[in-house]
Amino acid sequence: MSSATLIDETAPATTRSAGAVPARSRMRLPAWLGLTPFAAYVLAFLAVPCLLALSSGFFDADGAVTLENLTVLGEPAVRSAFLASFAVSGVTAVVGAVVGAAVCWGLTALRPDGPVRSVIDSVSSVLAQFGGVMLAFAFITTIGIQGLFTRLLLDTFGIDIFAGGVWLYQVPGLLLPYIYFQVPLMVITFMPAVAGLKPQWSEAVATLGGTWWNHLVSVVVPVLAPSFLGCLLLLFANAFSSYATAAALISQGAQIVPLQIRAALVSETVLGRANVAGALALGMVVVMAVLMVLYSALQRRTERWQR
Amino acid sequence: MSVALRRLLLAVVGLVFLLPIVAMVEFTLRSPSGSGYGLDHWAAILDPERERSYRNLFEGVANSLTLAVVTAALVLVLLVPTMVLVSLRYPRLMRVLEFVCIVPITVPAIVLVVGLAPVYGVVVRVAGGGTWTLALAYGVTVLPFAFRALQTDLSASNLATLTEAARTLGASWPRVMTTVIVPTLRRGILAAAFITVAVVLGEYTIASLLNRVNLQTALVQVSRSDPYAAVIFALLALLFAFTLLLLIGRVGTARSRGVLPASPGSVSPASGAAASPAPVAPAPTSKAVR
Repeated sequence: MSSATLIDETAPATTRSAGAVPARSRMRLPAWLGLTPFAAYVLAFLAVPCLLALSSGFFDADGAVTLENLTVLGEPAVRSAFLASFAVSGVTAVVGAVVGAAVCWGLTALRPDGPVRSVIDSVSSVLAQFGGVMLAFAFITTIGIQGLFTRLLLDTFGIDIFAGGVWLYQVPGLLLPYIYFQVPLMVITFMPAVAGLKPQWSEAVATLGGTWWNHLVSVVVPVLAPSFLGCLLLLFANAFSSYATAAALISQGAQIVPLQIRAALVSETVLGRANVAGALALGMVVVMAVLMVLYSALQRRTERWQR
Repeated sequence: MSVALRRLLLAVVGLVFLLPIVAMVEFTLRSPSGSGYGLDHWAAILDPERERSYRNLFEGVANSLTLAVVTAALVLVLLVPTMVLVSLRYPRLMRVLEFVCIVPITVPAIVLVVGLAPVYGVVVRVAGGGTWTLALAYGVTVLPFAFRALQTDLSASNLATLTEAARTLGASWPRVMTTVIVPTLRRGILAAAFITVAVVLGEYTIASLLNRVNLQTALVQVSRSDPYAAVIFALLALLFAFTLLLLIGRVGTARSRGVLPASPGSVSPASGAAASPAPVAPAPTSKAVR
């Protein structure tokens, strides 16, 4: 595939230099040639995989075009996986956004360039973006069967959090670990908007005789609303697409969409299930695309207040 | 409203978020006999007799470090010249470049891996199945982070004037690259490299579904037989990523003073983990940072 592009991109260059053979000695390489290594790399490892992932759902095992794989999206197991994914993403996005927004408000009490702020920023980045498997471990040691918190509750108060069955390795068990990385992501993405609130606005409200409640309702909420909703969508997309934490916690079954893709990839060889992963991937990308279009629309409204 | 109330809120949320980390530390300190605490599990990692049972884990660490270095080199070699060229000669293409670099955020890794599987069929045939080949896929996943880090630095520096001055004085493009562009963008390059290392060390999805061994897949595997070792390594990896990101923050704030930080951040969050024998994390820290 990448060799095909090389031919495409060098084609105009060869024709041009062929026409200007006498002048060749003083001709320099055109500057845009410098863009080709990056272009070729992105084509081979981003564009091609994306196209393959999205198109493979339309082919059967023999390479013939078919729509049969897409019917998998209507299967009860897949439908309930999508519903579970939506539920987990929705709940953790709302909780993460509310708690994260509160933390942002708290952060305005700290000096923006102080040491505490830089520690909080770094911790937020680590937890929001690089935790994955390790966050699953963190929650197994906290609220697992032998977890610190589980034993503490049982020994001290006689409360058994798993009295109704061990839910940590099921879909409900995803909620706490997901919130644990959603709140830091909210802090990272929502903080610029909160920091953009100008003290002059609250002074203006005060000068006009308004209370802090007036300031909140008629300045803070309207200014922050688009950004808040945008971040909410981003959090939803983040939870919807995350795989590592769920894969480390849930080793049996495929209760959410990313785990359905895992199951489909692992059983790719099973007869009649080829390219089902492609159909599932297509379903996921459609959801992500809708979320991202809405997000960028909201982001444009947000930037109005951040100049 | 009152500063005290906001600080109280931060303290409460901070304590709640500290709990899982504390639980991890507590877990690794449980003594094997079942009651009381001790450093036995930490010592076991250094024990040469048990080295065989941890072979997988050490292989995963080694693979992840290799991948981190190769990915950082790959992304910097591809992205820095491209971004400089676009900003100097084709400023209008910047939006296109930005869009391309942001796409991996929209495409979940689990989706990308579906398409990467056939691509890797070709890669293995052409370049062999070496560990480093996974860096080709990782380069794509770190593009958004690396782009943002470099973009911040690029837009804040007046690279056009500097390169024009160098060219007027007769410098060749390779010389401009090494003596003007790279030194000017050193903070962005450093930040991009650090964040790449952090992303690669935490990556699980692609490695596990392409059947490769890296730190995270080894952690999951080891956690089934020896959860203590897995949690110890997870703690160290989290601490290492935190240190890297703290350094990025320092590099960013050092801009105003015009100096690079001389030593790694002195603040460490999990002092228990930092004080305990840590055979793996400190070595890569010093290797990557200096």
